[in-house]
Formats: sequence, structure tokens, C-alpha cells
Amino acid sequence: MDEGVLMTVENLNAGYGDFRALYDISMRFPKGLIVSIIGSNGAGKTTLLNAIMGVNKPVSGKVTFEGEDITGVRTSSIVAKGVTMSPEGSHVFEDMSVHENLLMGAYLTRSKEKLGRMLERSYELFPALKEKSGQLADFLSGGQRQMLAIARALMSDPKLLICDELSLGLAPVVVNDIYNRILDVNGDGVTVILVEQEVQRSLSFSDYSYVLVKGRVVMEGVANELSEKEVKDAYFGINKYA
Amino acid sequence: MELFVQSVISGVLLGGLYAAIGVGLSLVFGIMGLTNIAHGSLMILASFFVMILSQGIMGSVIPALLATLVIMAIIGAVMQGALINRVLDKGAEPALLVTFGFAIIIQNVLQLIFGADYKSIKNPLASVNVIDTKWAIVSGEYLVNFLVSVAVLLALHFLIRRTKLGRSIRAAASNVIAAELMGVNTKRTYIYAMCIALITGSVGGMLVGRTFGFYSYSGMSYLIIAFGVVVIGGMGSILGTLLGGVILGVSQLLGAYFFGPGVQVLVGYLTLLVILTLRPRGLLSNMTRK
Ligand SMILES: Nc1ncnc2c1ncn2[C@@H]1O[C@H](COP(=O)(O)OP(=O)(O)OP(=O)(O)O)[C@@H](O)[C@H]1O
Ligand SMILES: [Mg+2]
Repeated sequence: MDEGVLMTVENLNAGYGDFRALYDISMRFPKGLIVSIIGSNGAGKTTLLNAIMGVNKPVSGKVTFEGEDITGVRTSSIVAKGVTMSPEGSHVFEDMSVHENLLMGAYLTRSKEKLGRMLERSYELFPALKEKSGQLADFLSGGQRQMLAIARALMSDPKLLICDELSLGLAPVVVNDIYNRILDVNGDGVTVILVEQEVQRSLSFSDYSYVLVKGRVVMEGVANELSEKEVKDAYFGINKYA
Repeated sequence: MELFVQSVISGVLLGGLYAAIGVGLSLVFGIMGLTNIAHGSLMILASFFVMILSQGIMGSVIPALLATLVIMAIIGAVMQGALINRVLDKGAEPALLVTFGFAIIIQNVLQLIFGADYKSIKNPLASVNVIDTKWAIVSGEYLVNFLVSVAVLLALHFLIRRTKLGRSIRAAASNVIAAELMGVNTKRTYIYAMCIALITGSVGGMLVGRTFGFYSYSGMSYLIIAFGVVVIGGMGSILGTLLGGVILGVSQLLGAYFFGPGVQVLVGYLTLLVILTLRPRGLLSNMTRK
């Protein structure tokens, strides 16, 4: 195994029934980096993440984490290994308070002391959550929900954080604020996978990027070496003939 | 008038017991969307265990009940872990059929071993009245049934609302994928939930077994009571279960008071129909499933 690589996806194929959503996807996620996966509506981004997290079983191919094959492993066991995801649409527990949501994030943490530390870090990253700590998550704004989903994911003290379209439906200022927090988290040593539709922001906030079009990787490279125009051409070009 | 007051008081006390009978059904539905058809039969299975154990090696009801709770929790774990969990991914119907099969098997096995005679669990409180006035008579037995049932509901409420296990159960109930993403093995959570449901049902089975007696096929009548309670109160709500039990109990006994004991069950279910028409999801339904 390559020492510097935290997770790999090798020749992954996945779909729903007869419908194939992903074709031969191969990706590498190096330790300590932020990698973005850019793709438009229906490109297969969520399908890929769900296959990685064991939410859906891939048809074929392999996912490894720290050199270990985790393909098809139960989601909760993958989380126990140090992978965590803030899912598309946040999926916060609406009938629980913000505080309880965060406690859920630390479900696998046994140490009270560590739990306290993680809570403190969450509220430090997202002070808005601290003010709302006793309120039901149902009453949060869209941006606060997204913050809660990320903070909750981080409560497990992960090695790898995956964010599925955290900008969905949010104002650009809020998105930038959350992205800066992701940079802070990355600064703490957490490897990050960002999944987004928007090209420019994804390139500027990541170290390496994959472009996904209709279930295939059509372009990849060091983020600041990829030109926004090239990515957009790839992105829309293939769509035009489909 | 005295008889009216008496009917209301007895109805409330009976309703508490009904709530303990229904709460396990409500819990399982609230958490995994499964209607456990075997709920009543499992309850009566527990009545038989308490009866045998209290007559035999255990000597008295309390140790017999504790042993029964352990046995029923194991049965619940095996039933959920080995059978229901396997089919639950394929939707609620196959799982429902599994519980239906369980109900039939339990009834037939009990029938084979114990025949069709009515049994009961010995009850020292049967003829003691704790309150005896012109207005009302409260038998020690009904009062104990009520208090034990309320204690069960309170303990369950505490477990669900205040403990880490309870939080993981609520998480699995509201969003399975999000719960798994927190590291909760939701299939294991279902096992815990089924064990807890059967423990509450077994306490109900013991109380019913002391007060009313039972035989191998009694499970179905109690399943229907549990349904009534849960439908009135709203699936998945513990407080709603208590309310549902009390409404069912009081309407049955008032039905008997106004129209005679022959129609009490009918009046109970007419009440249910009326409530269902007005509030199709029950009075208090709070565990929302997605
Ligand atoms: N549960 C499902 N059943 C059937 N097809 C699905 C399902 N989920 C997604 N698909 C299809 O799979 C393809 C990829 O969908 P996916 O959700 O992975 O895309 P995405 O890149 O995440 O899109 P978005 O940006 O809208 O979230 C799409 O064609 C979609 O219609
Ligand atoms: Mg998506």
C-alpha cells in the first residue's frame, strides 16, 4: 500500500437495479489533502459516496481505507474505522436538540473527556450552534443545519471527512464561511472529500480534483493547475452530445 | 351515580394496564415500522412462563417474573436478529408475515403443551380492597396493575429520552442512514428495541395472567387491545399510549355502565373508530418515521 494514501476507489461500478450510475471509477485520496469531486446534477456523486460509505453496495470494484478493503462493509463499521460523512441534505435529527445531534455524532466515543473536547471544538468552529444548543434541529436555518451536519460528523474525531454538496441551497456568504471552517478542520489534520456542483469554488478550496460526468471520471488533476474553463467544457461538452 | 364514578375509576386503572400491553407494539412500530402480530402471543407466552416458574422452582411471582423477562428478552433477540432483521430490508410486509408466523407457532405450541384450559397466576391481592367507600371500591389488584404499568411506562420514557441507548433508538427511528453514519448499527438497535418491547409486554402478560387468566389463544385478544391503545394514542408515543389505554379502558367500562357489560368491548372500539375518524394518526403521534 502507498503510505501517503488514505482511501482508494478502484474500478468501481454501481447502479440501481438495471440502471448503471457509475462506470469504472478509480480515485485516490491522499492523507491530509482536500480532494474535490465535481459534477453536475445526476453525475453520480452521491451514488459514489454511498458506495464508499456502505450505504449502497457497488456492483463491482473496491474501496480501501488505510490499505484495508472496506467494500460492502456496514456503514456503522466504516464510521468506526474513522470515515465520516455529512450527507446531502444534511439529514440532521430534527426531533433532537442541536446538543443531542452532536452527542449522536460521538456515539462511538467512550471517553467523557474526549466527548467534552469534541463538543468544545464543534462550538468553537460553529459558534452559531452554541447559541442554539438546546433547540430542536428542526428550527435551524439551512446554513445552521449544514453546520450541524458537519459538526456532528466531526464529533467522531474522524481521519476522513466526506461532505456531500454542503453548499446546496445556501447563500454564497454562508457557503464561504462553512468552507473556511473546512479548511480549519483540514488544518487539524483531517483529510477531506468535497463533493460539489460548482466548479470555481471547488477548485479554489481543494488540492486535487476529479470531474465526474455521467458516471465517469472525465478529468482529474491538481486543483490549481486545472483551468475553470477546461473543467466547464468537459462538464458541459459531454452533456451536449448525450 | 356511584356506579358511574366507579366505572371511570376502574376504567382509568384498567387503562393503565392496557397501556403497558400496547406500548411494546407502539415502540416496535415507531422504530422499525413493523406491526408485530406476535405481540399478544408473546405476552401470553410470558404469562405461561411466570405461571410455571412461580409454581415450580422459583416459588413466588417476583423471581419468576425476573427470570421470565430474561427468557423473553432472549426470545426477542433471536426473533429479531435471526429472522426479522433479515427480511426487514425487503419492506414491512415480509417482516409482518414473519411475526404472524410466530404468533401461530406460539399459540399452537402452547396449545400442545397446556391444552385449551384457562390458567391463571396465583394472586394474593385478588380480594383485597385498598379503597372501599360509598363512591368507589378500588381493588388492590387493579391498583397494583395500574401502578406497575405506569412504572413500566415511566421507565421506558426515561430510557428513550434520557439514555444513550434511547438516543440511538430515536436516531434509528427517525433516519436509518443518518443513524448508521453516526456509527449506530441499526440492526443491533432493532434487536435492543424488540427486547425492550417484549420486556414491557411480559410485565403486561404477568399482570393480565394474575387478574384475568389466560389460555393458549388469548394472545389475539390482547393484540387487539394493544392495537386499540396504539391507534387511539398514536404509534410511537409513550404518553400517547397511556392516553390511549385510559380512553379505551374508560370507554369500555362506561359502555358497560350505560348499555350493559355485553357491549363493553364494542363501545371501546366504537370510540376508537370515532377518534380514528377525527384524528387518523392518533391523538399523540410523535416518533415520525421517514
Ligand atoms: N435511488 C435511486 N434509484 C434509482 N436511480 C437513482 C437513485 N438515486 C440516484 N439515481 C440515479 O443515478 C444517477 C446518479 O445520481 P446521484 O444522486 O448519484 O447524482 P449526483 O451527482 O449526486 O446528483 P446531485 O448533484 O443532484 O446530487 C442519476 O441518474 C439518478 O437519477
Ligand atoms: Mg448528490
